[in-house]
Amino acid sequence: MTFIDHIVGPRVDQDDLKKNSLKYGAPGFLLLIARVLILVALFVPFWSMELVAPQYPENLHLIAYVNNLAGDVAEINSLNHYIGMRPLEEAAQIEREFGVYFLILFVIMLELASWIHSRWAVVLILPIITFPAVFLIDLYLWMSHFGMNLDPDAPLSNSIEPFVPPILGSGFIGQFETIARAGPGLILATIASGVVIIALFFHWRAYAPLVKAQKAEKKAAKQAAA
Amino acid sequence: MTLSRLGSKLILTAGAISLGMASTTMAQSMSDVQKIAKERGLTTQDLVAAAMTYTPTGMHDEYVIMSSGGHSGQVFVIGVPSMRLLKSIAVFTPEPWQGYGYGVGNDILDAGNVQGKENRWGDTHHPALSETNGDYDGEWLFVNDKSNARMAVIDLRDFETKQIVKNPLFINDHGGAFVTPNTDYVFETAQYNVPWGADYAPMSEYKEEFRGAVTMWKFDRKKGRLDVDKSFSIELPPYWQDIADCGKLESDGYFFLNSINTELATGGFGVEGMKAPPFEAGVSMNATDYLHIINWKKAEKVFQAGKTSTIKGMEVILLKTAIAEGLLHLTPEPRSPHGVDVTPKGDFIVVSGKLDPHVTIYSFAKIKAAIANKTYSGHDDFGVPVLDFDSVMEAQVEVGLGPLHTQFGPDGYAYTSLFLDSAVARWTLGGVYGNLNAEPDWTLVTKTPVHYNIGHLGAAEGDTVSPDGKYLVAFNKWAVDRFIGVGPLLPQNFQLLDISKPGTHMPVIYDMPLGIGEPHYAQIIKADKLNPWSVYPEVGWDPHTQSVDPWAPRAKMERVERKGEREIEVFMTAVRSRFTPEHVTVKQGDTVKWRITNTERAVDATHGFSIPVYNITLSLEPGETATVEFVADVAGTFPFYCTEFCSALHLEMMGYLMVEPRE
Repeated sequence: MTFIDHIVGPRVDQDDLKKNSLKYGAPGFLLLIARVLILVALFVPFWSMELVAPQYPENLHLIAYVNNLAGDVAEINSLNHYIGMRPLEEAAQIEREFGVYFLILFVIMLELASWIHSRWAVVLILPIITFPAVFLIDLYLWMSHFGMNLDPDAPLSNSIEPFVPPILGSGFIGQFETIARAGPGLILATIASGVVIIALFFHWRAYAPLVKAQKAEKKAAKQAAA
Repeated sequence: MTLSRLGSKLILTAGAISLGMASTTMAQSMSDVQKIAKERGLTTQDLVAAAMTYTPTGMHDEYVIMSSGGHSGQVFVIGVPSMRLLKSIAVFTPEPWQGYGYGVGNDILDAGNVQGKENRWGDTHHPALSETNGDYDGEWLFVNDKSNARMAVIDLRDFETKQIVKNPLFINDHGGAFVTPNTDYVFETAQYNVPWGADYAPMSEYKEEFRGAVTMWKFDRKKGRLDVDKSFSIELPPYWQDIADCGKLESDGYFFLNSINTELATGGFGVEGMKAPPFEAGVSMNATDYLHIINWKKAEKVFQAGKTSTIKGMEVILLKTAIAEGLLHLTPEPRSPHGVDVTPKGDFIVVSGKLDPHVTIYSFAKIKAAIANKTYSGHDDFGVPVLDFDSVMEAQVEVGLGPLHTQFGPDGYAYTSLFLDSAVARWTLGGVYGNLNAEPDWTLVTKTPVHYNIGHLGAAEGDTVSPDGKYLVAFNKWAVDRFIGVGPLLPQNFQLLDISKPGTHMPVIYDMPLGIGEPHYAQIIKADKLNPWSVYPEVGWDPHTQSVDPWAPRAKMERVERKGEREIEVFMTAVRSRFTPEHVTVKQGDTVKWRITNTERAVDATHGFSIPVYNITLSLEPGETATVEFVADVAGTFPFYCTEFCSALHLEMMGYLMVEPRE
């Protein structure tokens, strides 16, 4: 038995597969759903912040996609310069540049995972499960990095304390009420991560007995050889 | 973080109060209304008028008036029914708030120079909105200058003047601007006649040397400019051509033009040794003057066939050619007429003789038949055929004294302003309009007094193929006692009338004082037909070309570049709340080309830019770029600053122009 065989795990007997197509098909099908959800999420906003103030009757909007910042970025930057906050484009540049490729890689990993019947499948699936949490943590870190490191020479620097606006829910900065929401992309990614966890359960139910049997077989063979 | 401390400071950045300080409103009821009405002496009719016109904050107007500004040289934009002044557009005259004529727009104004002389005022009379199929399309506005016979083009994407052209043939116009139903041409007609190009000729040669004319300015909609090379004129007898209107639908291709002074009076009253009646009498002697009927589509063909003479640089169809080609016919109209207005379907032409209490209605079908059958009552002194009055006249309606102008409603009503009666008359049309209302055809229905001396009047889209009715505005010349005193120069009075109900109900519902000019005609367009920009489409936009200026300064590319021994170029940006760069140092005598871009994208984030001594002030709307050129001939230290209160740190938005003395 090669190392590759070990990673890929046991193959299913053709008769067994025909008899129990639902059992063996379920994890792969769920992983397919997760892949579709992630691919859709690439094209829709992940997160948004609305800034409400009297002189902006239509409010200001900041919309984050995996690879892009949209909305009233110029206007928000223009206001932020008064308090010495760096331009928003400077935040998460690497994440925005490579985020799409990473997600595509994760989708390919899901594709591979559906062929792997051992516990190693978890390794391939883990990034997608943790992605929504990683996104929010990264967002929080950037927000606090920007909010806590204000230019001391900015026009209003002596009248503002460093701050971190809530990354979900509402808060207040000056005359602005900030309302941060998860976008459809983040919601889809979160659903995908739930679907993947369910897929893992079905994966375990379908393949764990096969892995066990294979191990037992191996052990028996070893004993026989000895 | 201490939110309260932060809040109190940050509120400054926009200058508004937000949370926790909103006022509350007491519970109110109709008894409060009655109480206030009693205290202020308001009648039920007043309260209804208030309810029809009061426009609370944030509510937008339903219609927009595009009003001439008279000798203020501007155009006024006013909302209906609120009657609030929304904007004044500088056209023939510099205006500092819009930054027009103080560094930017000077080339537009210069194009209106008259024989090399700056004429920095104008007498705007008759604005004309561009039309598509005889209906306002809300894209362009044209307006004439009576004093120097000029025509201007205003772009309704940014409500700014884009072009002024000077008529090379005459020096005074009144009949303009009038557009053809698809805005192919903009008409301008001479009024106080002069020899071609206002050259010198003695008054004794009036009949031989003085000329009437109509100019057809070709409008290039794509470029948004009058195309002078494709424009031409038609010579007319030296009557004083007055107001005009284009035919539409049935009469499309024709142009109707009033005239006064068919007497060819030359005045001279009060001149020592001369025994002549004053113009006011000399011009009013004949019982009838001439309605000019011009086949402009045929004239266009004659022009394209090259049957023209070049006079003062313009192609002119001479009067004898116009007669020979059958372009021009006359027909008598009651004495000293003023307005000529074509009914919505183009089937009737309504003429008001200001010294005759009637409006006279001509049938276009009859005019066409009379032209075809040559039903002439004779020819005038210049050989122009005169159509027999009785063969072309459809009806006359006695409306009152001093009828001037007529507008139309959707319900078969026509509205005529009565200068001497100080009233608006509502009367009924006949023909296909007869069934649209209860009253008999060609009958006076009612008159509403207005205050005072009404000139033009405007009904909502009341000169298009589909009038809306609903509102009518009386453009009154005198206010007398309507407003509190502000010195001997009184404001004009625009009065809004409710014409939404048929019959005799036609009350005045609002008085709007206008203390910035003396408007003549105005058009009233449905607000939703206008689609102006809220900011310029891209940063670096040049409003004159309506495209991005490749030389526009950009953020992070600001600089001062020496181009030569005595030439320097500035690339500056403006954004809340700073100019970049803040110091500009030049040498005395340098020619400075100062380019500046407002890089803002927020609605209303306009920056001003002014330099003292050098008489420069600009308005830079979001995205706009401007280029100003001047010779820095005065050495010194000159603070430039933002003149438009842009932000809490607006006062800090300044910089220094340092002009170093040259040894």
